[in-house]
Amino acid sequence: MRGLLVLTALFVAVFGKVTFEGDQVLRITAQDAEQIALLKELPEEILGLDYWMPPSRVSLPVDVHVPFHSLQAVRVFLAYHQIPYHVMIENVQDLLDDEEREMVKYRSFPRSTDDFVYTTYHDLNSINSFMDMLVAENSNLVSKIEIGKSYEGRSLDVLKFSTGANRPGIWIDNGIHSREWITPASAIWSAKKIVTDYGRDPVLTDILNNYDIFLEIIANPDGFAYTHSNDRMWRKTRKPNPGSSCVGVDPNRNWEVGFGGSGASSNPCSQTYHGPSVHSEPEVKAIVDFVKSHGKLKAFLSIHSYSQMLLYPYGYTSTPAKDQAELHELARKAVSELQSLHNTAYTYGSVITTIYQADGITIDWTYEQGIKYSYTFELRDTGRYGFLLPANQIVPTAEETWLALMAIMEHTRNNPY
Amino acid sequence: MLCAHWSRLRRVSSRSCCATALRSTHSSTRLSSSPERIMKTFCSVWLLLSVVELSPAQEPPLPETAEDMASTGDLEPTHYPARRAAQVALHYLNTRHGSPFRVFGLQQVHKASAEDVEAGGRKYKLDFSVTDWASGSAGPALRCSADVLFPRTERHSAPDVKLRCEALQQINRTVQEEEAFYQKHIPPDSAVSARDIPDSYGNMSEEMQPFWRLARVAASFIMLRESSENTEFNMVQMASVTQQESSEEQLMLEFVVLLHDLPSQEIVQWKLLASWSPDRGVRVLQTEWQPRCPHATKPPN
Repeated sequence: MRGLLVLTALFVAVFGKVTFEGDQVLRITAQDAEQIALLKELPEEILGLDYWMPPSRVSLPVDVHVPFHSLQAVRVFLAYHQIPYHVMIENVQDLLDDEEREMVKYRSFPRSTDDFVYTTYHDLNSINSFMDMLVAENSNLVSKIEIGKSYEGRSLDVLKFSTGANRPGIWIDNGIHSREWITPASAIWSAKKIVTDYGRDPVLTDILNNYDIFLEIIANPDGFAYTHSNDRMWRKTRKPNPGSSCVGVDPNRNWEVGFGGSGASSNPCSQTYHGPSVHSEPEVKAIVDFVKSHGKLKAFLSIHSYSQMLLYPYGYTSTPAKDQAELHELARKAVSELQSLHNTAYTYGSVITTIYQADGITIDWTYEQGIKYSYTFELRDTGRYGFLLPANQIVPTAEETWLALMAIMEHTRNNPY
Repeated sequence: MLCAHWSRLRRVSSRSCCATALRSTHSSTRLSSSPERIMKTFCSVWLLLSVVELSPAQEPPLPETAEDMASTGDLEPTHYPARRAAQVALHYLNTRHGSPFRVFGLQQVHKASAEDVEAGGRKYKLDFSVTDWASGSAGPALRCSADVLFPRTERHSAPDVKLRCEALQQINRTVQEEEAFYQKHIPPDSAVSARDIPDSYGNMSEEMQPFWRLARVAASFIMLRESSENTEFNMVQMASVTQQESSEEQLMLEFVVLLHDLPSQEIVQWKLLASWSPDRGVRVLQTEWQPRCPHATKPPN
């Protein structure tokens, strides 16, 4: 008996599933009260009509979902009475299929980085599992290092791509300003790109055979979590400031070189608050400690958004950097590569001349540490969507940015110092 | 010299935001949770204590920065002094010619120069191209030239813009869409309201696009007025739109918009009341700056 029930249930499940293949949604614009009356007389149940907007007044359109088997009859009826209409949805099932796909994407947990959805923004949990999956799938190439803990105790993780010991390194950090969602999204794609291209792309393979790549996908996880839970526009860290009700320090004003200058704020409530002291933020200190103890980083790329710019030191002074000419020329080349893909226009130059004076920034410090190829990227766009960049731009942004990153990494590889 | 308004903004924002937060929690029908009650108590006490300092203070003038010594003469077109002036010209262009189906964005600055003027202030001469965001990547670029004068006064005053764009009159292709949109929403039973456009993920429905553009155009009035050589504004979000009762055959819309200023990185919130019709275009009737509590919690969107 039970078996029969199960079988019946299965039968119903398989054959009872409703389909909307060929169904259409029509928008009918009745021209007078007479036509409205005619529409009201249509036998809804027999035809299986489902009104999204039932006939009521002449001024309002009538939207109706018409099953495939009734379409012919309804269209004949409308034509005969000369009631104007147009097709709003050509095939209801297509729409449902799209929606189902979208829902499945978000509902299921990807089992591998091949399953992972690169065309959407992810939260911390999802990013953490991506990193673990990537390491598990490519354990010869990728490992995860914890360089410290955030203020709220979250792990500060860096992916290390390495094919040998004691190599010089290239550093790329993302998400140091938490509202700049495109940067971790782009970094995830880049991480996958590295493991895919190693052994296939000769330039990248050569780079990785001589240099390690360190990729920090979320440099400010506390802030990032806050943008998901409370305030999408949060920028800073989440460390409280004693004596103030305002929380957080701008992690890109907390660095030693130029600290406390007028290109940062001394007001804890400000978005560019430099913090109580140099490297006071654990998120910053972790990177400082890593850079110092590694001792052989040769390129340092800090990824931000928005503005579409590639910037080199300095931000705190208009005195040109010693290597300005080379940095400028390399920026020109990287931007040209970037633009070649989707025609995205980037501006480039020193921070202080191109975007604004900024004191205590990351790359001024890394440059002074001797890391010559220190750059800040500002990814898409130029203000139309700003921080709220539509998800369909994630992959194009990642793709074009990758070309610029490769240009810089290649130059670093070919110009050892 | 940093806009006096801006520094007042930053100092006042942390105090008055608390007052606003108190007012809004009183008027909400949500059950207030324990952290909220604690926040309310804390805010009340803190507000009481800080009330003495609440009046716009006479701040000591901020020291001159490298920005103040920005170049005169020929300017690098891609760098910020030229770009900020061009954005101001764009805001002006949008206040004059923006609509639910047309918002202009800066494509490129071709040439720029600046000179100090006798009455005090700096005038920028610009040659630049703009595109219409509504027509997507297919749209042509319009060539414009503008004179943008930033006055140098004790209190902030709006920049003055003189603008010429070629072929502006020829691009009147959106009349039908405007008319249809107007007819759809002018009836008395139309009561559009929406929040967080676009959402956190950058999503915006087709239906909301014209409202977003209207918000962007209306916000341009504010951005134009508030601009100086030390600001660079964009609208990052239409936080809300609430249709009001139509008046004199104008669509009446109350917007709350979030503006982002690049140099200070601040997010500024404004509430505004705007009217629109195909004939009269966008007019902004009321604006109100709203403090954003930097430390308060808010329900996730």
